Amino acid sequence: MAIRYLLGNEGIAHACLEANIDFASGYPGTPSSEVIDILRVQKERPFTVEWSTNEKVAFENALAAAWCGVRALCTMKHVGLNVAADPLMTSAYTGVTGGFVVLSADDPFAHSSQNEQDTRRYAHFARLPCLDPASVQEAHDMMRDAFALSEEFGLPVIFRPTTRICHSKSDVDLGEVGTEYRTAAFQRDPKQYVVIPAHTRVLHKVLNEKQPALKRRLVELGYNRHIIRGKTAVITSGVSAAYVQEVLPDDVSLAVVGAYPIDEEWLTDFVDRHEKVLVVEELDPVVEEAVRQVATKTEVFGKMTGTVPYEGEFTPAIVAAALQKAGMTPTAAFPPAAPVPGVPPRPPILCAGCMHRPTFYAMRKVFRDGIFPSDIGCYTLGLQLGAVDTTICMGASITVGSGIARSGEERPVVSTIGDSTFLHTGIPGLLNAVYNGADMIVVILDNRITAMTGHQPNPNTGLTATGEESTPISLDAICRSCGVSWVETVDPYDLPVLLDTFRKAKERRGVRVVIAKQPCVITARKSGIKRKAYAVDPERCTGCGACRSFGCPAIAFVGKTATITELCAGCGVCADICPSGAIILEGRR
Amino acid sequence: MKPSFDILIVGIGGQGTVLASNVLGEACILENRTVRSAETHGMAQRGGSVESHIRIDGKHGSLIVPGTADLLVAFDLLEALRYRHYLPAGGKLVVNRNLVVPTSVYQQGIDVPDEESILAALADLDVTCIDAAALAEEAGSILSQNIVMLGAASGDIPLRPETLEEAVRRCVPPKTVEVNAAAFRLGREKGGGTP
Repeated sequence: MAIRYLLGNEGIAHACLEANIDFASGYPGTPSSEVIDILRVQKERPFTVEWSTNEKVAFENALAAAWCGVRALCTMKHVGLNVAADPLMTSAYTGVTGGFVVLSADDPFAHSSQNEQDTRRYAHFARLPCLDPASVQEAHDMMRDAFALSEEFGLPVIFRPTTRICHSKSDVDLGEVGTEYRTAAFQRDPKQYVVIPAHTRVLHKVLNEKQPALKRRLVELGYNRHIIRGKTAVITSGVSAAYVQEVLPDDVSLAVVGAYPIDEEWLTDFVDRHEKVLVVEELDPVVEEAVRQVATKTEVFGKMTGTVPYEGEFTPAIVAAALQKAGMTPTAAFPPAAPVPGVPPRPPILCAGCMHRPTFYAMRKVFRDGIFPSDIGCYTLGLQLGAVDTTICMGASITVGSGIARSGEERPVVSTIGDSTFLHTGIPGLLNAVYNGADMIVVILDNRITAMTGHQPNPNTGLTATGEESTPISLDAICRSCGVSWVETVDPYDLPVLLDTFRKAKERRGVRVVIAKQPCVITARKSGIKRKAYAVDPERCTGCGACRSFGCPAIAFVGKTATITELCAGCGVCADICPSGAIILEGRR
Repeated sequence: MKPSFDILIVGIGGQGTVLASNVLGEACILENRTVRSAETHGMAQRGGSVESHIRIDGKHGSLIVPGTADLLVAFDLLEALRYRHYLPAGGKLVVNRNLVVPTSVYQQGIDVPDEESILAALADLDVTCIDAAALAEEAGSILSQNIVMLGAASGDIPLRPETLEEAVRRCVPPKTVEVNAAAFRLGREKGGGTP
C-alpha cells in the first residue's frame, strides 16, 4: 500500500496495527524497546499499551488479555524471557483464545546485553511456535500474520527478531491500519485456566498433539522454504539468510528456515536430495541439530564441524568463509581488512552531568576498600570509574551484595541499582536482605526514568506509557516497608552532603539505603531545565589532575591545564572536587 | 558489478549519524530504490564510537564488509582512522576537520594522535576534508554539521542532489528545515559537488 523507510522495530509495530492489536505490554530492553515506544505514541489506532514493571508482569498481563479473546503483544529482550519463563512454560499448556505474540529480541554479539542466549531454545523447550524473520520486510509480514497463527493453534507465538532486524532499516511495504476492535470477555473454564495436576496432565497431551499440524502449517505458510539447484546446499535461518544470499553461487541449493518447529518430512526431503549441506545460523545450532537428526547419507557442515562460529553475529564475509571451508565457492571474496592498530578506544561513557558519576565518585571516596555489586542500566558504565565489581542480571546488585556480606566477607558492601531496576526485581532482594540480617548499603540511583533503553517512563516517573499521570509512589516508603530503618534521600549534585550521607551510612549496621535522586540529565534538558556551565580559571588551575579522576567527558586537558568544553551540563560537582577552587560558574548561558 | 553502493557514516554518539543515514534512506524511497541500513542503538550511543551502514540499492543484509565500502563519511578524524579499513585501497573519504579526544585518553594517559598525523595516516585515501563547524555556523546552526557533511559527500553519492535536499527537508525537525537545507548546499559546494 505504501513503501516507507523504516527501522525493523517500526515495521514490526506497524504490522501490529495492521493486525488489529488490542493490548500491548513490555519491559524495555535493547534491541526490542522501540516496538512499544512506537505503539504508545502512535495515534492511528487506540488500544491499551503499557510499560510493565518487569517481563513476567508484562507477559502475564498480555496473556490474560489473550484469555479474554483480544489480540495481545508482549515485548522484551532475550534475557527478559528468563524473567518471564515461568508463565511462558505453562501458557503453552493453557493456550490462548485471542492471538498472543511474545516478542523476544536476541542480540548476537551482545551489542547491548549480558549474554548471547538463543530464544529459539525457549520455543523448543515450551513447544511453542517461533518465527525468525530474515529481513525487515519479513519481520513486518510475519508479525502481521502471527496473531492469526496464534489463534489457529490456540498457542502463544514467539517472535524472535535479532539486533540486525530490529535496528536495521529498509524500504518496507506496509498495509492499512486495522479498524476492527474486539470486546474482551473472559469465559470461565477451569480445565483450561486452572493448572491443577488433573487439568495440566490433559493440557500437556493436547499441547503435544498440536505439534504435527503446526509443523506442516509453517511450511504451507512459506516460512520454511527451499529451492533446489544442485547436489550441495546451504540451510540457513533468520538474518543469516540475507548474508547467505549475498554470496551464494547459482549451483548451490538454498533452504531458509523462518519458523519452528521444523517439519521433519520437509527437512528430510531437502537434505536427502543433497550430498553435502552447510548449516548457517547465528547463536545456537538449532537448525543444525534438526538437520543432523534427519540426515542419513548427507554430509553436514556447521558449528559442530567447526565450519561456522558459535559466537557473535555474522556478516557476508563470515558466511563466505564458511562456504569456502565447506568446499563451496562464494560469489564474492573478502580479503582480510584489519583496523589500524593503536587507535585510542572511544567506549560509551556516562554523560556530562549524569547523576551517577558523583554518586560513584563519593562511594569510592568513603568506601575505599568497599565491594560494589551493581546492576543493569546506564550506571553499569560506572565500571570505568572503578565503582562496579559485579553485574549479572536485573535486580542482582542487592542479592549479590547480601550474599557477599553474609558469606563472611568483611569489607563493606555497597550495591548500586537504578530506580527502574529496583522496581523490576530489586524489591524481593531488599526484603530478603533485611529479613536475613545482611550488613550492607544499597544505593538506589534514582534518575526518575528508564534511561539506557531510550527514556521509557516507569512507576517512579509519574507518567504511564501513554503519557497519563500515574499515582505517585515513594521509594523511601517501599524501602521502609521492607523493614529498612535507615533510608536517606540525597541530591547527588551536592557532593559535600552526598559524602556526609555515605559516611553516616558507613557508621551504621544492618541494611541501609541511600536514595541518590536527580533527574537524568538528558530528560532534564529535554524538559527545559537549564543550568549554567562551569569554566576553569587557568590562572588557578595547578594541573593536579583531581578532576581527571572524575571522568567527566566535558573536562578536557591542554597540556596539564584543565578546560571545560561545551558538553558541560552545569552539575557543578567538579567545582567541589577541585582543591584549588579553579572551577567556577561561568554564567554564559 | 557490485549490486549496491555502500556508505559507512561514522562519528561519536550524539553527532547525528543516524539522522544523516535517515536522509539517505528517505532519498532512496523518493527515487524508488531499495535500501538497507544498520544503526547503533542502546548503550553504545552514550558518547561512544558509532557507525551507520547504508547500502543504496541493497537487497539483502544491512552490513557492509570491511574493505568493500564505496564511501566513508567521518564526523571526527579519530573515527575516520578507526574505520578506514572499511575502504579499499585509495577509497573515498569525506572527513570533518574535528577531533574530539576520548575522555578515557585523559584518564588512562593514552597517547592520542594530533590532526596532522591523522591526516598523514589517511593520505593514501582519496580524502576530502571539511570544516563542518564553520559551514554549519554559516548556515545558521552549529547543530547542522551532520547535514553539512552529507552535502560535502553528496557529489560522490549516486542519488540526485535535488532528491537529497528534499530528503533533508523531510527528515529534519520542521523549525530547522531552512538552516539544514542551507547546510546541505554549503557542504555540497565545499565538497566539490555541482550546486
